[in-house]
Amino acid sequence: MANADCILIQGSNMAECHPVGFQWVMEAKLRGAKVIHVDPRFTRTSAVADLHVPVRAGSDIAFLGGLINYVLQGGHEFHEYVVAYTNASVIIEGDFQDTEDLDGLFSGYDPETKTYDPASWQYEGRAAPAAAGQREHGAARGEQHGSGGAGIGDDGEVHTDPSLQHPKCVWQILKRHFARYTPEMVEETCGISPAQFREVAEALVSNSNPERTSAIVYSVGWTHHTVGVQYIRTASILQLLLGNIGRPGGGIMALRGHASIQGSTDIPTLYDLLPGYLPMPHGGLDTDLATYLDNNGTDAGFWAHMDAYTVSLLKAWWGDAATAANDYGFEWLPKITGDHSTYQSVLGMISGDVKGYFVVGENPASGTANGRLQRAGLANLEWLVVRDFTDIETSAFWYDSPEIESGELKPEDIGTEVFWMPAAAHTEKDGSFTNTQRLLQWHHKAVEPEGDTRSDLWFYFHLGRIIKERLAAGTDDRDEPIRHLTWDYPTIGAHGDPSAEAVLAEINGWTLGDDPDPTHTDHKPVSGYTALKADGSTASGCWIYAGVYADGVNQAARRRPGSEQTWVAPDWGWAWPLNRRMLYNRASARPDGTPWSERKKYVWWDEEAGKWTGHDVPDFKATMRPDHRPGPDDEAEDKLRGDAPFVMQADGLGWLFAPNGLTDGPLPAHYEPHESPVPNPFYSQQSNPTRQVFDLQLNRSNPPVNDGYPYVFTTYRLTEHHTAGAMSRNLAYLSELQPEFFCEVSPELAAERHLTHGDWATIITARSAIEARVMITDRVRPLRLGERTVHQIGLPYHWGWRGLSKGDSANDLMVGVLDSNVHIPEAKVASCDIRPGRRPRGPELRRMVDDHYQASISAPARPDAPQGQVR
Amino acid sequence: MFGRTRSDRGRQAAVSVRKLIASWPAVRQATTGADRGGMGRAVQSERSATLEPRTDTADAVVGSICPYCAVGCGQRVFVKDGRVTQIEGDPASPVSRGRLCPKGSASKQLVTDSGRISKVRYRRPHGTEWEDLDLDTAMEMIADRVLRTRAETWQEHDAAGGRLRRTMGIASLGGATLDNEENYLMKKLYTALGAIQIENQARI
Repeated sequence: MANADCILIQGSNMAECHPVGFQWVMEAKLRGAKVIHVDPRFTRTSAVADLHVPVRAGSDIAFLGGLINYVLQGGHEFHEYVVAYTNASVIIEGDFQDTEDLDGLFSGYDPETKTYDPASWQYEGRAAPAAAGQREHGAARGEQHGSGGAGIGDDGEVHTDPSLQHPKCVWQILKRHFARYTPEMVEETCGISPAQFREVAEALVSNSNPERTSAIVYSVGWTHHTVGVQYIRTASILQLLLGNIGRPGGGIMALRGHASIQGSTDIPTLYDLLPGYLPMPHGGLDTDLATYLDNNGTDAGFWAHMDAYTVSLLKAWWGDAATAANDYGFEWLPKITGDHSTYQSVLGMISGDVKGYFVVGENPASGTANGRLQRAGLANLEWLVVRDFTDIETSAFWYDSPEIESGELKPEDIGTEVFWMPAAAHTEKDGSFTNTQRLLQWHHKAVEPEGDTRSDLWFYFHLGRIIKERLAAGTDDRDEPIRHLTWDYPTIGAHGDPSAEAVLAEINGWTLGDDPDPTHTDHKPVSGYTALKADGSTASGCWIYAGVYADGVNQAARRRPGSEQTWVAPDWGWAWPLNRRMLYNRASARPDGTPWSERKKYVWWDEEAGKWTGHDVPDFKATMRPDHRPGPDDEAEDKLRGDAPFVMQADGLGWLFAPNGLTDGPLPAHYEPHESPVPNPFYSQQSNPTRQVFDLQLNRSNPPVNDGYPYVFTTYRLTEHHTAGAMSRNLAYLSELQPEFFCEVSPELAAERHLTHGDWATIITARSAIEARVMITDRVRPLRLGERTVHQIGLPYHWGWRGLSKGDSANDLMVGVLDSNVHIPEAKVASCDIRPGRRPRGPELRRMVDDHYQASISAPARPDAPQGQVR
Repeated sequence: MFGRTRSDRGRQAAVSVRKLIASWPAVRQATTGADRGGMGRAVQSERSATLEPRTDTADAVVGSICPYCAVGCGQRVFVKDGRVTQIEGDPASPVSRGRLCPKGSASKQLVTDSGRISKVRYRRPHGTEWEDLDLDTAMEMIADRVLRTRAETWQEHDAAGGRLRRTMGIASLGGATLDNEENYLMKKLYTALGAIQIENQARI
């Protein structure tokens, strides 16, 4: 990022939430880069940016769509890049209809199921991939395809028009789709003046060309929306048009918020994935290994080796019990049948279907949108295991919670059996974190944990050991995968800690050769995923991490000082895949393999040596000639052209238009947040038609465009606290620095609602009401949307009712309503009311929330309210 | 020779005063030249001059990574007598170049002095108090419950006869604050058990 010439930070307060990473933005600024911050609040990021652009929370697609329209109308695209590296020239099916044709819907929408059939979004001449559209609503097609990208069907030629003139080519579809996203519409939707809009547009365009690159930075300010995936899509389209992907100082940087949240996505504690973004098999569809591979693989690009990745995973888990004869144990994998994400689990707790719950380093009672819903689930479990440092809100819910305070629940009435287990800290165990740049870094154990405190590695290893011992003598077919599970990690120390390095070695994988017994430790570690085979001769617990234990060396533990290396620093830690520091870096060179410019060169073709060279590991076969054209016998990566940079895609191209992989449309469109005081200025379709709404009393919604909930609120982090506070509100230093929950309001809103700086305010939604100290500041400003004024309220979400620093939880205000692609809740924007004074105590609290809701829904509808209310 | 003369005493007093004045940090800061900013020796007191940083007396310095956000700043963990005595930024890290934010700087307090509990706590159904429980007993009891719930809620087939091999009775939340190796064992064990509702912060 230090190499960028312009940095657009949007949906992120990087200076306060990722302060040490922000030094690289400042490096770029010192070299002359223009830094732009688009955010509802003026923060310390805005303070050092060249330009702060206040925006209405939830309107980012309108703004980014406006930038796309500016690029398309003005001919500002990086033309050679767009024609060569994106699908701009591809012709789409004749019966595709856009939001322009259908007033906010794409073709294929079924109002009964609230889902899309993507058949009409396909490339002309290609049938939809076998599995497209067959999955039940909720099985996210995007993540189903993981790093492989969605398929494009198997039959027929893809039709293109390199002149970009064909009316059904992606380029022309894009132009028509975004023509509506004018500076005037941006102003009416986002509250951004045409002059500010133009300044951002000109900065991006003038810093995106062969000599210059622009970077985009986002965080959960973009993901926590019912259109979160499409936010990122919009940014991707913009960056592809400007030629900023795969080039130094370009790209889209997702700043993630937890030490290993990237790692826990790569090696997923997620319901829909297996390690390395292999999809979890789907019941009724993925009936055997061959069908699973056929349904989910592609025939070109690196994803064509999905068979090798899958078989190697099965070999890592089931060792010599996994054979060609039994499909390598594929049948032992449990099957998903739809959305089984965390909100579904909570609904399962409330209905009594989910009986046991492990909570490991999380705090859903105060840390998840709609905490009241979460706590209702906890109270209806048979058993709960919480592993943490202290007795957090989630483990204490049965005697200390808002429902206990209001008298709705009593400890005697709650039947949940609770095990609280002390967890080891990062200084008390060996292991690796994967940071936000896919970099694995090892932390070494410094001291022994005290008392009963154990690592989570210890806990899961010994739980597995006990369960295996219990089932060892049984014959039940159901227990086969447990009995055959490889679980023989060497243990060390007085407590029998499993060796984290042995686990890392299994994740990396090894060549089994003629000796298929995985307990033999002399197996040769594989050097990378290209060494994995589909014939059962290799094992690897996570194919994208193959290489982290190359040569039997813990590559993640490498700590060669940055000062002794190039700026790419390849000898510090290890980045997946193959220690590659920048993905899709083929795009840093022209189609002919020469750098776009001396200033921005990164990897390039060396004709004499017959291979790619440069600052990083090439993101493709190093000997692939730039002029390679696939022949009929070529397979997998060789089936892509030598100038196709997006090597995980079946066509090797950047998708401006996504024919498959998304549940809510092939292009982004502006929809209002689920709860918005504003009618959608673009279409009569108010909100994302595919968003997941759970209509139960505990999760009821504020009606949109309703005077009972007239204000927008957004949630955010502070530098001194961490998520729901379990790792910060128990620390004296941090609690002293940020002692109390507060709400940020503008002087105008304070006057309108008679709020006093330093006094209390109560914020009300249909879920609950919470109290916070009032901070009146011009860091938040009322926005002018044409004739309409919108007030926004800022709420840090770290607080809960336990720890040294206590306060109401902003998450109690939120509603659980989800993006249909990835099932992430809309935690960054909702509507509310605010009034001076503290909230009521005891049963009065619920009465006030209910009375406010009833009065709001029974008031006469506003003339500008969208038809059909919630949907 | 038999005592100090008046002028001796005067000289003595003048020396003391000069010494006293010279001992004032502001004067030393201005006169010594070496520490005009008053960041080092110029502002040392007699007591602080005898102090040693705990980083100098550590038994070991262990390479680590900050446990808070995903930037992944390098840390150096200083250990003495089996206890963490200091945590500092690692200047060698090309990611962070020695810097830590307020949270990372407070991480020594996180691991040593944040009210951590080191005993297993148990709350029986409808109980009103936490109780003590032996760790090994807790592990056996948790294994009991996993196997019981799994058996009670096992789904072998769907309505159409397709294979499911799963339990919908067990859920898990967490992973983003844990190590890769921990996430790996979790996913491996849960999958072998047929538990599929495995989630973490990435979705929240």
